Amino acid sequence: MSNQKNILELKNITVSFDGEKVLDDISLSISDKEFVTLLGPSGCGKTTTLRIIAGFLEPDSGDVFFDGKIINSLPANKRNVNTIFQRYALFPHLNVYDNIAFGLKVKKVPKDEIKQRVEEMLKLVNLEGFEKRSIAKLSGGQQQRVAIARAVINKPKILLLDEPLAALDLKLRKDMQVELKNIQRRLGITFIFVTHDQEEALSMSDKVVVMNEGKIQHIGTPKDVYNEPVNAFVADFIGESNIIDGVMLDDFKVKIEGVTLQCLDKGFKTNEAVDVVIRPEDVDIVHPEKGLITGEVTSVTFLGVHFEIIVDVNGFKWMIQTTDESKVGDKVGLLIEPDAIHIMKKSKYSGLYGDYSSFSDEMDEISNPDVEIEDEED
Amino acid sequence: MKKSSLTKLINAPYILWSAIFIVVPLIIVAYFSFTDKNGNFSLENIYEIPDYGGIFLRSIIYAFVATAITLVISYPFAYFMTKAKVRTQSMMIMLVMLPMWMNLLIRTYSWTTILEKTGIINSFFGLFGLGPYNLIGTSGAVIVGMVYNYLPYMILPIYTSMSKIDKSLVEAAEDLGSSGFDKLKKVILPLTLPGVISGITMVFVPSVSTFYIADKLGSTKTLMIGDMIQKKFDINVYSGIGAALSLVLMVLILICIVFMNRFSDNDDGGIIV
Repeated sequence: MSNQKNILELKNITVSFDGEKVLDDISLSISDKEFVTLLGPSGCGKTTTLRIIAGFLEPDSGDVFFDGKIINSLPANKRNVNTIFQRYALFPHLNVYDNIAFGLKVKKVPKDEIKQRVEEMLKLVNLEGFEKRSIAKLSGGQQQRVAIARAVINKPKILLLDEPLAALDLKLRKDMQVELKNIQRRLGITFIFVTHDQEEALSMSDKVVVMNEGKIQHIGTPKDVYNEPVNAFVADFIGESNIIDGVMLDDFKVKIEGVTLQCLDKGFKTNEAVDVVIRPEDVDIVHPEKGLITGEVTSVTFLGVHFEIIVDVNGFKWMIQTTDESKVGDKVGLLIEPDAIHIMKKSKYSGLYGDYSSFSDEMDEISNPDVEIEDEED
Repeated sequence: MKKSSLTKLINAPYILWSAIFIVVPLIIVAYFSFTDKNGNFSLENIYEIPDYGGIFLRSIIYAFVATAITLVISYPFAYFMTKAKVRTQSMMIMLVMLPMWMNLLIRTYSWTTILEKTGIINSFFGLFGLGPYNLIGTSGAVIVGMVYNYLPYMILPIYTSMSKIDKSLVEAAEDLGSSGFDKLKKVILPLTLPGVISGITMVFVPSVSTFYIADKLGSTKTLMIGDMIQKKFDINVYSGIGAALSLVLMVLILICIVFMNRFSDNDDGGIIV
């Protein structure tokens, strides 16, 4: 673990608020110049993790290492880390120039150098000529750029981004994703990015850290977490998944819905109960006789690129994404290639996700008076 | 059309009220200022004003000192209030406001029992064989009285503007390397300026025009313009001069408010003229 290249390491971090564990034994190492995303639903502890790295919060137990040194109680103003806040937190009493120059002025950098570096920053974020503009007169996208400039002008070793794109509309968000990635490459600094948007996480990151209930569920490359999720939570949170109960008969042989399928997974006990993940885009709809499994179409939604088809197989509803149209009530066969199957060990999340007979959890919670829906912030 | 006539109807009582109780008295004050005992136009009262220059100056200096002291007490107080737990905060607001429920005269009068020769403070010093000191009847006593009476009007607006500061702004300042006094100077102070301006106005204006406090806690040497105006009106023949002094005081206060408002770009806390 203690690799020389690791710029930041969290070791067994635990944090509780009012007796409730917000972070439960988090360990994570981050290499220099890496783009790492902390991904998870609201309340999963991702923002708390970020605040510990920023220095706004001290862990109850565990250690934070920066360049190999413990920095648990080093205050935020002494860390070589800068943050882009969720709602930017630009100073309303200062103009664009003074906001960006803030950090350098604190460090008493000579005026000429400040001027030159602010100009460079404005160029970097495409806001030349905005120096005198007041913060109140900027759009959300422009404020975002000022926030980026204000943070990176200090040449931090690590830049922390707390859901920085959440307030932007879809088009601008996509553009900013590309731009942030470019800025990260150009400046060569480590980015730790917090989001609940899985698509954002997959498209931008070198490494994705999936979190839930204060625990790290999975650390891996975007491809890893998508193709080889460790449990039902990860499989469901990243993209759409059909998660079916199965039994591992032998290496490369899994039985679901009474049918034995070929797969590429091995190393399980004989007849071990497992969760089987099959992504909706990996299922082909064929004539019932040609399919491995048969079912009935219960819903068809046209989404432009493809159709989203729900197929009822013995009461379990599969989601299938295909460009071939079906009609509700059609009997269809499902064809699954061995490489489309991913086998996971049973976990506490087994059975909670991956069936499309109901709406999403969020949708269920909205209509449930017993559930108090949490705020976006942790 | 219907809506605007309705609005007019609703506004009518307020306009009438303002006319009767604000505009008319102002006109009467102005009338008294510019007439003699027989009701003829005269500048006689105005000519007398320079004689009261000293007392005006004293009032302004006292009010200025009292405002400065209240500010120095209130700002850190409000700051630590916002740092406290929510429950403690509401408790503290209660305690700050509690004296305001009592009459100003009683509050001031009770200070005489604290400050007089046989009062609480001198009795305490007496235990050690010190004193009695001459506390009452001094300019210090007058200023203490004003600070005590007007403190809540400074604490509350500052507290309000301070508790409205977005916590992430303070964190952003820390994140950018700022700490301690630097953070206060660069972020907290500018963001609470509207509250400070509002507090200064709310303490300075009543202080400069106050009466009774100087009368009870001071001596003839510490008389303030408010007391002078009251005395002039007590004796009927001088009401003209009293009116003229009031007019000048009003103009002075107006100038102060306009001056203060220049600092707070019409933001919330500030008082709009």
